[in-house]
Amino acid sequence: MITQTTKDYLVRLLKKEERRDGRKLDEFRKVMIEKDIGENAEGSARVRIGNTEVIVGIKMQVGEPYPDKPDEGVMITMCEFLPMASSSFEAGPPGEDEIELGRVIDRGIREGKVIDTKKLVIVPGEKVWTIFVDIYVVNDDGNLYDAAAIAAMAALTVTKIPKLDENHEIIEGEYEGKLPLNHTVISLTAYKAENVIFLDPTHQEESIIDSRLTVGVREDGKIVSLQKGMEGSWTEEEIIKSIEMLQKKAKPFIKQVVK
Amino acid sequence: MVKKIKRSDGRAPDELRKPYIIKAGVVKRAQGSALVQSGKTIVIAAVYGPKKVIPKHLEDRDKAILRCRYNMITFSVKDRKKPGPDKRSVEISKVIANALSRVVMLEEYPRTLIDVDLEVIQADAGTRVAALTAASVALADAGIAMKDLMPAVAAGRANGQILLDLTKEEEDAEDAVDMPFAYIPSTGEITLLQMDGIVDLNEIKKMIDLAKKGAQQIYELQVKALKERYAALATLSEVVK
Repeated sequence: MITQTTKDYLVRLLKKEERRDGRKLDEFRKVMIEKDIGENAEGSARVRIGNTEVIVGIKMQVGEPYPDKPDEGVMITMCEFLPMASSSFEAGPPGEDEIELGRVIDRGIREGKVIDTKKLVIVPGEKVWTIFVDIYVVNDDGNLYDAAAIAAMAALTVTKIPKLDENHEIIEGEYEGKLPLNHTVISLTAYKAENVIFLDPTHQEESIIDSRLTVGVREDGKIVSLQKGMEGSWTEEEIIKSIEMLQKKAKPFIKQVVK
Repeated sequence: MVKKIKRSDGRAPDELRKPYIIKAGVVKRAQGSALVQSGKTIVIAAVYGPKKVIPKHLEDRDKAILRCRYNMITFSVKDRKKPGPDKRSVEISKVIANALSRVVMLEEYPRTLIDVDLEVIQADAGTRVAALTAASVALADAGIAMKDLMPAVAAGRANGQILLDLTKEEEDAEDAVDMPFAYIPSTGEITLLQMDGIVDLNEIKKMIDLAKKGAQQIYELQVKALKERYAALATLSEVVK
């Protein structure tokens, strides 16, 4: 429960370009990236941004290609807000907030051509690798979008392809090599409250936000995806300014995530 | 500047598809409705409400709940679409509802529900923007208080050119970029913005400028559709007298 008094206070601070924890408007909390956190996943990572924690596991299965892309592997992204992560999350099938987050992260990776899906064919037209990018929110202290985007990219960088036997069954514990990646994409998000644009909100700060803009940035500086979320609106100038800011902000994360 | 190179359907880069038709009042049973046809893309929107919220505990005592359902019918695409919602349609329904809540005066209708059903009858790219364009006309047709109409259109890139209102064929280009966009002309607010494809900032600027111009044209067609609808109603009431 966040009281109106707290909300008013946060708005007053933002209008003075100040924040409760002393950060600048475009300043992130401490970001920690940890890789290989789950032994049973083909790749995994945990990202903490302040108290926010998101874990991502990559699972690979032998599956069928999409009929219109017979010679490419398949990627499926799923996101679940665990009930432990916030008092407002409930158990059950993915709701629209989880679906949107999953799709925004998916879009950055897919449109940025991060995974070399052409190298994931087992039997052309019949069997390909299906890559599941499974995102779990463990603790919600705001900015789940950025935490999930960094964690998904980090997990992909350490993903290994399982070895298959002659019947195309996975041999447990044996790997062929690393998942082939062409690019690195980090999606970052600008948030807007009372016409002030800022980054990396805490859960409290999220209570006053009326809009967000997520931008997928690739290592070559290209923009690969956009998503305006929530009910608020943006001017063209605000959009351009935010994209420029996020292009710069993404650079250190792109470097850090491939380490 | 937009170069004047002809597209496969003969259009200029900054031209809407032909025909581009908006018609209000197409579903008689609904409180309000509209059809949008953009080339081969056809979407029907129908509005029911404001009505009671069931179950009651979901109601908002300060404003109406705006619920959108974007749905593609099974034969709207070449390969039969599996009926029912999927992740894509859930996301699109959500971004459309978010955009509309910027113009619909929800605070005028506390404790109620406004349902907007958006059915894609035929899909040839640009279905979410056609749906949103139809939705705001249908809401106005239903007599629901609104600050403005909300035109929506996609801009993008295909074969190295920045284009307005892409067809499926153009969207399938190797270098395709699709940027669905919605806009309130009177305030300059951008209310829906998505994009996939690889671009630089300069291209985004060009696409936004092009989308704004396209939206302005669609806005005029939205106004015209409503005027035609009410002119027809006025004639009808003359006859009844």
